[in-house]
This record gives sequence, C-alpha cells and structure tokens, in this order.
Amino acid sequence: MGERFLMKGNEALAEAAIQAGCRHFFGYPITPQTELAAYMSKRMPKVGGTYLQAESELAAANMVLGCSSAGCRAMTSSSSPGISLKTEAISYMAGSDVPALIINVQRGGPGLGGIQPSQADYWQATKATGHGDFQILVFAPATVQEMVNLVGKAFDLGDKYRMPAMILADGMLGQMMEPVEIPDGSDLKLPEKPWATNGHQNKREHNIINSLYLTPQALEKLVKERFERYEIIKKNEQMAEEYLTEDADIIVVAYGASARVSHSAVDLARAQGIRAGLIRPITLWPFPTDALQKAAQTAKKFLCVEMSMGQMIDDVKLSINCSKPVAFYGRTGGMIPTPEEVLDEIIKLGGEK
Amino acid sequence: MAVVFEKPHALTSAPFHYCPGCTHGIIHRLVAEVIDELGVEGKTVGVSPVGCAVMNYDYFNCDMVEAPHGRAPAVATGLKRAKPDNVIFTYQGDGDLAAIGTAETVHSATRGENITVIFVNNTIYGMTGGQMAPTSLPGQVTQTTPYGRDVNTAGYPVRVCEMLSTLDGVALAQRVAVDCVKNINVAKKAIKKAFQNQIDGKGFSIVEVLSTCPTNWGLSPVEALDWLREKMIPYYPLGVYKDEEKGARLK
Repeated sequence: MGERFLMKGNEALAEAAIQAGCRHFFGYPITPQTELAAYMSKRMPKVGGTYLQAESELAAANMVLGCSSAGCRAMTSSSSPGISLKTEAISYMAGSDVPALIINVQRGGPGLGGIQPSQADYWQATKATGHGDFQILVFAPATVQEMVNLVGKAFDLGDKYRMPAMILADGMLGQMMEPVEIPDGSDLKLPEKPWATNGHQNKREHNIINSLYLTPQALEKLVKERFERYEIIKKNEQMAEEYLTEDADIIVVAYGASARVSHSAVDLARAQGIRAGLIRPITLWPFPTDALQKAAQTAKKFLCVEMSMGQMIDDVKLSINCSKPVAFYGRTGGMIPTPEEVLDEIIKLGGEK
Repeated sequence: MAVVFEKPHALTSAPFHYCPGCTHGIIHRLVAEVIDELGVEGKTVGVSPVGCAVMNYDYFNCDMVEAPHGRAPAVATGLKRAKPDNVIFTYQGDGDLAAIGTAETVHSATRGENITVIFVNNTIYGMTGGQMAPTSLPGQVTQTTPYGRDVNTAGYPVRVCEMLSTLDGVALAQRVAVDCVKNINVAKKAIKKAFQNQIDGKGFSIVEVLSTCPTNWGLSPVEALDWLREKMIPYYPLGVYKDEEKGARLK
C-alpha cells in the first residue's frame, strides 16, 4: 500500500494477515479480540476469502488444522480463555507438522478472569500450548506497526519450519490506534507445500497428516527430530530490541505493552542520570538468550517487568545462568504498570546517578 | 484370466487391524468402491477419527488427515473451505461423532457444510475396551455400565439421524446396516449418494452404518449380527430420515 493509515491493533493484525496471503479465518467471538474477527468478516468476502464463525474455539482451531493441512495460510484469533480451548488443535498441529497462525489478544486470568490487558499467558504460549513435547513460535509485538510486520514473519517462519506460530498480543495493543504501513501482498509468492493433503490428483502417493505413532521408538525419533529443528530455530530466529543497554547498570526486560511502559521508565531514569536500559524480547520462543547473555557481561542487575505475577522472569534468569540478580515488578488482573512505578523499582535496585 | 473380484484402488494394501466379525472392513470397502466408481480418489481427502478406525489413514489411498477426537467435521470444514472442489469425507464412530464431537457434528450439519460423513454406530467405545457410548442401548452391559445402562443415571441413547434430520443444512441423513448382502447393497447406494450429493453441491450428507463389535459385546461374530438385528435395529430403525435438494431447503 505504501500509505500510512491510522488503525486499531486488532484490525491491523487482520489486514496484515490478508496481505500475507491468508484467505481463511476461523473465529469465535471473545473480547478483546472482537475487532479482528469483525474486520475479517467484512474483508474476506471482498478478497475471495473465507470468514467462518465456528461453533466454538475448539472447532475454529480444528478448522484451521484442516485448512492448513490443505496447504492454505489459515488463522484463528482469540483471547486467553479461548486460547485454552485451541490448545487441543495446536498440539495436534505441532505433532503433525502443520503450520498455522494463532493470535492471542491476552486478557486477565485465570478462569474467565477479566477483559483488560494482561500478559498472564506467557507460560501457556511458551511452555505448554497443549499437551506433549513441542514448541510453537511466539512473537510479542509492542506497536501496531510491529503487529503488522510480525504477522507476515509468523506465517513465513511457520511455513518454513512447519509449525504453528502465535502472535502474543494483549488487550492494550489490540485496542490502541497507531499509524501503520501495511505491506502490499499482491505480488506475494507463497511457498510450495508438497506435504499438503489437497488431493493427490493421481500424481503422487497419498499424503497423511497425522500425529499418532503407536510405536514408542517411532514417536521418540520423530519428537527428537522436531527438537533438532527447534535448536536451529533457537540459533537463527531470536529477535530482541536493545535500548540504551551498552552502558546500562540496570537492564529492564519487558515485552509487548509492558515494554512500552518500561521504555518510558528507562527514559525517566536516564533523565535523572541513572544508567538504565531495556531489552525487549520480540520472540518469546525462541527466547532471545543471546541478547541477555551479552548484556549480562556488563549490566549489574536486571529487572523483569510483566503484566503478570512473573512468568518470563524464569527465562531471563536461565538465559543469564543467574549470573546477575534479577528483580521483578508486575501488575496483574488487567492492571497496567505506570512508568513511575517501574522507575521506582529501578531506583530501589540502586540505580546509580 | 478375467478378473472377477479385486481390491478397490482407493484401498491400500495394508492389512486391516480390525477384530474378527467387526464390520469396519466392509464399510471401508464400500467407501473405497464408491470413491473408485465416482473416479474422485485424486481429489478426495478423508478425515480419520479417534477410535477403532483411527488408523484408516493407512487404509485409504486418498490423502488423509487424522483429526482430534470428535473434531473430524471441523477439520473437514477447514479442508473443504480450503479446496471447495475437493471431495472431503469423515469416518467417525459413535463416541467420536455423538459424544465428544456432538457440537462439531450438529454445526457442520446445520451450516450445510458440503461434506460427507460416514458414521459407524456400534453402540460402544471399541478402541478403549468397551465403555458405554452415547448410543449404547438401555440395559446394555458395557465396561462402565456393568449392571446395564440405567437410563435414570446414564440417560438415553442419541438417535443421530433423527436429530440431524431436523436441520435445514442436511441434504441426506440415512441409517443403514451391513449385516447381510441386501443391506450391504442398500448401504453402498446410500454412501454413493452421500458422495454424489457433495459433488453436486447439495450440502451435508450423513450415512449412519449400524456396526458390530463382537469383541466388546462379548459375542461371537454370528451372535453379534443377531444382536444387531434383534436389539439395535428396533431402536435405530433403518431408513432415510432426510433426503432433500439444497435449493428446496434454502427457500
């Protein structure tokens, strides 16, 4: 398009998916991702695509499984409680090497929780998006423009590595409006998928999409091969933004909405002469351990800021082998930390002027 | 020498794993014969259930997807929306289709999703060792109804074809059995119609096939067929419950 539009995060996610070649959206209503599905219901018929409102999140995610199995770029979106239901299909897709895009516009939990922004699904997204030994790609945008960029990236890497990918957003990013430029996908070349179950046309052996392996040796072998692929991903696909980290004594680690807040807090600290910096993981899986390890060589302390009771902090500690103290500050239940609160935590850690 | 009988092309050469006297084998063959006769193997994608037929992705020569338990109609919906010209069928048992997958069954039916559903009803969870199914008969002894299915505590069986026949999206809902040659012939015609309906864009078609489970019923294959005729068919009468043109339905 080349033009800049003022768009809501949820709508930008939807348009970005269409420009990334997605023509099949399977959804189920839930706040605060509502605008995404509504946008798809309006746009998909205009681009010859499918918008289907399923009977449940379970069904929507399994429709994605079917559609992706046929080789299409398919997606679903939801918010926290709905993602729990989608984990069934996500596990099957991971176990069958089927790519898909799942968007989680997080809200407070557990249970029905609340409808305000939250980051309490970090564990679910990065550790256990369903049963079994597997990982999915997890991207954490912090701006509406980044949401757009990461949708394309998620589809591309999902296809490349044949695995589900998730955009882990939150109600704040989903609802906020920012100017965005959406790439024009009209010349997009989508990758061939010789594994797809789209009919063999009497030209090849039948393809099977399956996650059942009754022989333990066979299942172990397959899972191990998948984890070898994960190692390649960990090596090649880490993404993080580093802000004022080079001379920082205290490095705040935060992603998504809490990174925006932390960015402001770092600016406030710097204005007081405190050497603070920010590492913002953009991929949550693979976790950007390289950036943290590099920072741990010079920083004195880390402060993990999340909109949860502290879920990413374990990965921060592991990334730096607990070589430096890692403090935590978080709000949860839909509460959003302020820059001043984060600044106070930076000062408490003894940030030197 | 003239060939008088051969394996349908739509079946692979993998030996079936089914128990002696189980009718899955007959039903697989009928589906495969229909795929052959319609000449659609190359554009057919089947969806395997969870249950005894879970591994039928190894038996059908068309492309196959193995779905989570009960979700076959949702997976089929995704496959069909992806490639509307392809022929998509699900093959599901009673636990899969009428218990855990009830929502997917009913809603794909009411959407008029243009797919074919082969529903194998043997009144029991076979693969897990014979637990009560949504279609177990009142009084039927299973592993989890050891004193017989008590409708006061375990409720009543689900009659799927009758239930689905009330939905506008359904083009065909027919119950058949494969206990004798005559019924097998009727079953084959029904399955063929269920596939032809899809090719003609008529919407959701389901063929319920009453089937035996000698192993978990604790009967010999012959006794199992008798039980099917004496107990099952009276509760689940064979016949066409709905057969409509899509155009007529939408008015």
